[in-house]
Amino acid sequence: MSLEVEASHRIGSFAIDAAFRSEGGVTALFGRSGSGKTSLVNIVAGLLRPDRGRIVLDGDVIADSGKRLFTPVHRRRFGYVFQEARLFPHLSVRHNLAYGRWFAGAGKSASEFAKIVEMLGIGDLLERRPSTLSGGERQRVAVGRALLATPRLLLMDEPLAALDEARKAEILPYIERLRDETKIPIVYVSHSVAEVARLAERVVVIEDGRVKASGTASVILNQPAAAIARRETGALVEGAVESHDAQHRLTVVRAGECLIRIPHLVSAPGNRLRLYIAGRDVMLATTKPEGISALNVLMGTIVDLSPAQEGSVDVRVDCGGNVIVSRITALSRDALGLEPGKPVHAIIKTVALDY
Amino acid sequence: MEWMALSDAEWTAVRLSLRVATVAMLSSLPVALLVAMALARGRFWGRSILNGIVHMPLILPPVVTGFVLLLLFGRRGPIGAFLADNFGLVFSFRWTGAALACAVMGFPLMVRSIRLSIEAVDRKLEDAASTLGANPIWVFLTVTVPLILPGIVTGMILSFAKAMGEFGATITFVSNIPGETQTLSAAIYSFTQVPGGDAGAMRLAIISIILSMTALMLSELLAAAAARRTVAA
Repeated sequence: MSLEVEASHRIGSFAIDAAFRSEGGVTALFGRSGSGKTSLVNIVAGLLRPDRGRIVLDGDVIADSGKRLFTPVHRRRFGYVFQEARLFPHLSVRHNLAYGRWFAGAGKSASEFAKIVEMLGIGDLLERRPSTLSGGERQRVAVGRALLATPRLLLMDEPLAALDEARKAEILPYIERLRDETKIPIVYVSHSVAEVARLAERVVVIEDGRVKASGTASVILNQPAAAIARRETGALVEGAVESHDAQHRLTVVRAGECLIRIPHLVSAPGNRLRLYIAGRDVMLATTKPEGISALNVLMGTIVDLSPAQEGSVDVRVDCGGNVIVSRITALSRDALGLEPGKPVHAIIKTVALDY
Repeated sequence: MEWMALSDAEWTAVRLSLRVATVAMLSSLPVALLVAMALARGRFWGRSILNGIVHMPLILPPVVTGFVLLLLFGRRGPIGAFLADNFGLVFSFRWTGAALACAVMGFPLMVRSIRLSIEAVDRKLEDAASTLGANPIWVFLTVTVPLILPGIVTGMILSFAKAMGEFGATITFVSNIPGETQTLSAAIYSFTQVPGGDAGAMRLAIISIILSMTALMLSELLAAAAARRTVAA
């Protein structure tokens, strides 16, 4: 599967002029609010008709302004999960789910319905009205509704942005299952580095309506402060779930030689997982700290230090095969005498790894 | 209760009124939906002129509306002659004319009520429906119409109530012919014009009050039921 998008569009004084490609899997459109991500997704969906643009999915030209070709929204079969769930208030959950299925034709079997309902854990909600659901439940129903319309492509516009932390942690695993169990390509809009790190294979960074950078998630997210706001600088760590601590509601993730504890019971043991560890959440110590609440103390050696910027430096530390970034003050660097090759302990609070 | 017993002529007037009001309400509904949709969503030249024409019967003296109908839909009027010659549909001095007059008088009320509810619809829900594969007609039927149902019900009841009470335009357009165009209001008026007609006027007035009250309460019930169904998420 391949998706090609090119669009330029002017809305008042704001201009979008962007192009990106996706080769399947999850492609994240990443950028701060107001950068034009949502408009770009609306153009892909057909809800917004750009001044100029071209959209091709698997060689099938969906829209091409040069050839005056424009497939209307309802014939694109692109599923769309909006930031607010947009469930139909006059229909029950069951009928909301069945809505797109009906237009997709009778091709969908009852077992498909049952499978998706099971995957999203919404079996108990079927007879309820959308107004009686919690935010997280609504969003899961919205995902199910989009999936049951047998989309060729799934667009998700900040589906977690309107939810609190606990609800996000509740839904993310479902989206991961969706990514791993269905083969539908996903374009995922987000301004959260942690979400993008966890879900996306490819990242397209949008700024002021333009593509600032694009590439695989590990390349883009590990670029020192290139694409990502300086405040968000950090490192992407890949690992696998080792075990669950049900009593303390923690998940232990093995990444290289390190064990990292993260909050909530996420994913099943053995599943691959990606963590984004922001530099400002990592402390460094030259001796092994004792009597400390932080659960993750990783041994490592300093790879390099960035030049000081506004009094702070980014220190890259190799911890058992993972490169972790720590942002400390230039004062601490001098006080501890940090330099490349020096062994240090990187300390990460577990709760800082919440989504 | 002896005095409440209605004469045949009085029953005829009641039945005629109900028939005229029902036909007026049902036949203006599709047109009102289209016009309300155009006024609420359309961006076309002459939109404010259309709005003005729709609201005209509300502000004009009913006699004037009746007179205009007579000019347009009378036997020799341009529209009236065309309809009579091509479809055999005659309005002048027929109960159909009374229904037309009532429909025109109730039209602004119906359009207003439907238009307000269309403007209150969250268009993002319609966008969501189209991403799920519904074409514009299906979006309208499966999302828009259910969401504006309370407005439609209110509009229908208002139109019905207006038709039950309509007098000026009807009597000007189709006169006051017992059994054909003499509605409840016209019958009451006739009773008050003859000596000793007070009892008859009183009987019909009571019927009129009961019908109006029933219509009003029914509309409240239906609107509440529709609102319960579509309670915002």
